Amino acid sequence: MARPFPLLMLAALLVAAPGHVAAAGPSVPLESANINVGNQASLQRGARLYMNYCLGCHSLQFVRYNTLAEGLGLTDEQVAESLRFTGESPHDTIRIAMPAGDAAGWFGLAPPDLSLIARSRGPDYIYTFLKSFYADPAQRATGSNNKVLAGTAMPHVLWELQGIQEAAYRQERGSDGTLHEVFDRFELVRPGTLSPEEYSQAARDITAFLAWAGEPMQLKRQRLGVWVLLFLVVLFAFSWLFYKELWKDVK
Amino acid sequence: MSAAKSKNPAAVVGKEEGGLYDWFRKRFPWEQLMEDHITGYYAPKNFNWFYVFGSLALLALIIQIVTGIFLTMSYKPSATEAFASVEYIMRDVEWGWLIRYMHSTGASLFFLVVYIHMFRALLYGSYQKPRELIWIFGMLIYLVMSAEAFFGYLLPWGQMSYWGAQVIVSLFGALPVIGEPLVEWIRGDFFISDVTLNRFFALHVIALPLVLLGLVVAHILALHEVGSNNPDGVEIKKHKGPDGKPLDGIPFHPYHTAKDVPAWVVFSMVFAIIVFFAPEMGGYFLEHANFEPADPLKTPAHIAPVWYFTPFYAVLRAVPDKLGGVLAMGAAMFMLFLLPWLDRSPVRSIRYKGPLFKIALTLFTISFVMLGWLGLQPATGLYTMLARVFTIIYFAFFLLMPIYSKIDKTRTPPERITYHG
Repeated sequence: MARPFPLLMLAALLVAAPGHVAAAGPSVPLESANINVGNQASLQRGARLYMNYCLGCHSLQFVRYNTLAEGLGLTDEQVAESLRFTGESPHDTIRIAMPAGDAAGWFGLAPPDLSLIARSRGPDYIYTFLKSFYADPAQRATGSNNKVLAGTAMPHVLWELQGIQEAAYRQERGSDGTLHEVFDRFELVRPGTLSPEEYSQAARDITAFLAWAGEPMQLKRQRLGVWVLLFLVVLFAFSWLFYKELWKDVK
Repeated sequence: MSAAKSKNPAAVVGKEEGGLYDWFRKRFPWEQLMEDHITGYYAPKNFNWFYVFGSLALLALIIQIVTGIFLTMSYKPSATEAFASVEYIMRDVEWGWLIRYMHSTGASLFFLVVYIHMFRALLYGSYQKPRELIWIFGMLIYLVMSAEAFFGYLLPWGQMSYWGAQVIVSLFGALPVIGEPLVEWIRGDFFISDVTLNRFFALHVIALPLVLLGLVVAHILALHEVGSNNPDGVEIKKHKGPDGKPLDGIPFHPYHTAKDVPAWVVFSMVFAIIVFFAPEMGGYFLEHANFEPADPLKTPAHIAPVWYFTPFYAVLRAVPDKLGGVLAMGAAMFMLFLLPWLDRSPVRSIRYKGPLFKIALTLFTISFVMLGWLGLQPATGLYTMLARVFTIIYFAFFLLMPIYSKIDKTRTPPERITYHG
């Protein structure tokens, strides 16, 4: 009666897990990112995209280049060649040159560091965010808006890859009987260099890379956990037998 | 004398002095301590598995202290450096991630274990005479633990750290007249700042752990003075053998320690599963918003305390008035202290208590768990209503106890302990 109790409680806690926090809720349901942090090819593609498209504004101040090399299965030389563009040393963290004060002046707020974005918002948030930009003339600075983070100051830097999509709306009758517009789907009005499937994969790769960057030791952690549990199973067997032997005559 | 020594000096000195251990033994009551508390302490033979949670709590405390010491070596208690220093521990310190996850997981499991330990006391009436003081010390441990956890939660300096502390500290502001000056005094500033972080760090790493250790010693000393209760709630000291030892008791060591070891291993398995495979525990042990650095200008949309505080948080929010809510939360905690004097039942164990107490305890347990769940949800209409209902049941359990525990139809407990499976 006693032993299943804590396990049951833990299970109950998992079932009712609270969602990731978003300042103003996304107006589209988050799509499953379906990433695999163990897929180094995906991480490498994601890192390349990140370095080319994101790093102009978003630092990864807690990730070092040599950690990057190790996690992506590359040598420091390969990283220097294809991912490190501004002459840092391997043990430097991934910083940006843009001063935060200037950035705040240009964009309205400084672009956040993304070292931990996958842990604070979750991979699905990043993945859906990257796929939810649409042309919006009302956004005068960037010309684009985002269904996950309405009014974002971030321009759609991947538009060359994805192309330009517009938001399509449909009429829906609310519970009070009035018609109002509801977001229906995105329509690609100008194709990019990638097909929609290829773009989804690119977004998935960037997401996987950020999920890795959020906790570079996560695969090592899980591998070690298996050994620790195996050890504990053996230890349990011996401690249980010892207990049974010692107590067999008690009563 | 000199003649005796000259025959075989080494042997004589050896017999008289007995080596280093004997030298030590004559200067320190080591054997007496072992005899009183470990090898000669007789605990009932019929302990069930609920009785391992006390020693599990001790294990959890040891884990927190050891991992805490190592975290302190790399953590920086400064508003500008704290958040980055935690990530430094997670990424650059050798095994830092393991130590940090053990500490964060350990905090939650410490509370889980203590809640089950307290539930065990409710089941078997372990707070009843003559064990009132054990219960009081235990409740003080719980109170200090809560303060310890609260101060510790500010240290990572994430968004939830910051705003959680902001919400809890501002509760003191509800007190009339002294409220606002008191809040300022606690924070040492007009808002949660570097000053607050520094003092919370001091309280978390030295002040409260010292108090906690002292209380744990007092808790165990008081227990060993009157002896352990058991699932039948009968006194084993009433029936002693010719050697003066209780017939239904057995030495704590090696018997109960041998029984505790597999329990420690099972606890370690649960611990390891969380640390290695789900360290965030879906956002319950490490909240997602806490991976964003504290920003005094940006309030998170949804502020919820960590799960182990949520039952009391739900009571706080259930009362429409702020001061009333704070007082209700305090009262919810204080009620537990009164338990030994509220229970008028002639028997201790749930096994021999009547239907009224069984129903009351079931309702109370459901209320406590539901309040815990509600404390995590936004305080909207239906949830607030539910929180009010469960808050009333929570208090009714205590306030009506003198009545229902007295009129309840109890069964007569056996003279000696019984065994179930």
